[in-house]
Amino acid sequence: MSGESKKAPYRVPIGPNHPALKEPVMFTFELEGEVVRDVDFAPGQAHRGIEWMGMRRNPVQIVHLTDRICGICGVVHSLSFSLAVEQIAGIEVPERADYIRTIVHEFERIQSHLLWAGVAAHELGFDSLLHLTWRVREEAMDVIENLTGNRVNYGIVQVGGVRRDIVPEQHAIIEKCLATYEGLLDTLLSFFLDDRTIRMRCRDVGVLSRKDALELCTVGPTARASGVNVDLRQDYPYAAYGDLDVKAVLPDRYLGETHGDVYDRIVVRLLEVGQSCQIIRQCLSEMPAGPITAEEKLVKLLATCKKATGEGIGRVEAPRGECLHYVRMEGKDSPASWKVKASSYSNLMSWIPMLRGSQIADIPIIVASIDPCLSCTDRVAIVRDSRRSILSKDDLHRLSVEKTRRLQG
Amino acid sequence: MTPAEIALLAAWCAALSLFALAGGLLLSGIDRKLAAHMQARIGPPIRQPFIDTVKLLQKDTVVPANAIPWLFNAAPVVALVSSVLVLFYIPVGSTMPVLGAYGDLVLVMYLLTVPALALVAGGFASGSPYATVGAQREMVTMIAYEFPLAIVVIGVAWRLGAAGISHPFALQSIAANPVWSVTGPLGLAGVFILLVVLAAITPAELSRIPFDTQEAETELAGGLLVEYSGRNLAMFSLAQAAKTLVLAAIIVAVFFPWTLSSFLAMPPVVALAADLLFFLLKAVLVLFFAVTLVRVAMARFRINELVSFYWVYLSVIGLAGLLLLMADVIAGPLAGVGI
Repeated sequence: MSGESKKAPYRVPIGPNHPALKEPVMFTFELEGEVVRDVDFAPGQAHRGIEWMGMRRNPVQIVHLTDRICGICGVVHSLSFSLAVEQIAGIEVPERADYIRTIVHEFERIQSHLLWAGVAAHELGFDSLLHLTWRVREEAMDVIENLTGNRVNYGIVQVGGVRRDIVPEQHAIIEKCLATYEGLLDTLLSFFLDDRTIRMRCRDVGVLSRKDALELCTVGPTARASGVNVDLRQDYPYAAYGDLDVKAVLPDRYLGETHGDVYDRIVVRLLEVGQSCQIIRQCLSEMPAGPITAEEKLVKLLATCKKATGEGIGRVEAPRGECLHYVRMEGKDSPASWKVKASSYSNLMSWIPMLRGSQIADIPIIVASIDPCLSCTDRVAIVRDSRRSILSKDDLHRLSVEKTRRLQG
Repeated sequence: MTPAEIALLAAWCAALSLFALAGGLLLSGIDRKLAAHMQARIGPPIRQPFIDTVKLLQKDTVVPANAIPWLFNAAPVVALVSSVLVLFYIPVGSTMPVLGAYGDLVLVMYLLTVPALALVAGGFASGSPYATVGAQREMVTMIAYEFPLAIVVIGVAWRLGAAGISHPFALQSIAANPVWSVTGPLGLAGVFILLVVLAAITPAELSRIPFDTQEAETELAGGLLVEYSGRNLAMFSLAQAAKTLVLAAIIVAVFFPWTLSSFLAMPPVVALAADLLFFLLKAVLVLFFAVTLVRVAMARFRINELVSFYWVYLSVIGLAGLLLLMADVIAGPLAGVGI
């Protein structure tokens, strides 16, 4: 193609709306022929002011708002927020509730990873695989609907426990779904990993070295695919994970080597589907009897939350990586501060080393490979006089010094 | 030529043009339906391409501010006319090519590049970076598949010539003497290889997965066609449909030219209709194996992979086929078969 001889690199904008992007983000590529020389991106296109809404509600209401932060990770955000509030108010969650939280959480991981696999296949132009994986995904969606009553925005988690129990009749339904997935996993793995065109398009594409992955603080499957052994479920267990046997899925345990490329990210996610099946099975067999919530009466629960003061952090291993909620309560109805850091926030910067030097054709799959969720990530957008501006590191430093001074009085 | 002959020729051309458009849209509809069923979907009705075309023709045509309007508007017309024109030189069913006396397979090869060139011109004239990248890719793709295509055309014609058939490049003689019938066992293998090569070129000519880099929905959002809308886009999609039929017709004419009427005696009118239906059936089969099956079973190639696929692998395979044909000619008289 035009190669090195073509002097002037040309700029191609991709986004905020583009078929390769499932959610809005603005990329500016500097291209030389088909090769990406440099790339810049601007998130903040899907800011909805959810934290602002939350600061005007009480924790019991906010839990249901957190469901709506992300369309895929319904449990992740509500669980993470509840963990933070429970920490502040000193609420002890019954063990059975922890297990139910874990089961729904893992089903969410299954459907999220399968959704991602379908999207990845579509980005590669392999639509048959997209239709296949999404059809398979329906099984998990059906079970989630059976357990929670909803396909998305489950509304199952609440402060102090969960809102629905898993009755013995549902065990059979869950078991049937798990058996289907365990039977299908080998087929899925061979469809994705043995297909020559997928291998050709994904092997050594979008490489993120272990060093970069560590330095950029990447999380979740993106980090694990680069050989970083991080998984909150094993490192800082929450809910029922302390009782369970969870080990981070690393590509070298399956393939014997780590490339840190798109292919490895596929491997990690597909294997995690199998891992989630095992976790759910273990949960079902070990689930203790007992209540499913610490406080059934919402008024009483609200009163407990109202009295609470202090700060809490809820950390949850979302399908995309660590998700963090920071909550600060000062004895009022609504929290004094609530900050959401979604997993994609930690992963976005890894786009830059992955995309540099890649080809245009690889942009969609590389962008999709970290499974970005921008509506989770976008927590701020600066608009002044109906114009958007960007704050540099110096600006941010100045603003935080000012705020500290203000707080000190 | 007398005026009556000219009028007859014009009528034939008009009928063929209609057939090219309608048949092409029908083939696209069948392709979509078959692909949908293979992907466990129901898919759109077979008449969907017709509905889409009618709808597009009613829509506004937008010319981007930084496009070159005359080139931008001329490109779809050129693409459509040239795609339909190719069919005048190719036998359809039992009807011999209407303009067969004025052009042969080599002309068809050249005419086939015109729609692609029109797409490139339209892409560059769009003034959009996506279309520019798409146009560059289309050029590269074209350069990549021309060589294997030439190998196939020359291979078949040369073998027919070696078998003593006059005017081996003329499509009438290619259709009248199926290349399989003049070759020995070695040659059969060679012809089969050339058929595979031509089938592998078809998705690139029609910009279908895995060789649809120039349109690449997820990468370039439609690439070459990204700025086209309304009537202009309808013309491009009609050109695409006509090209689908044309490519199927070429494969059928070169490799599967048999007609029903040559086996079964029937009245001329029935023969015409039966052969036309038989031709469409062959076209559907050819496209199913060359396009539909391939596009549901593969991911999109990168442009550099596409080039190496055509230049290295397919050219080598094509040359191997050509060598087999040559060996067949040498071995033919010795074995007492062939010529």
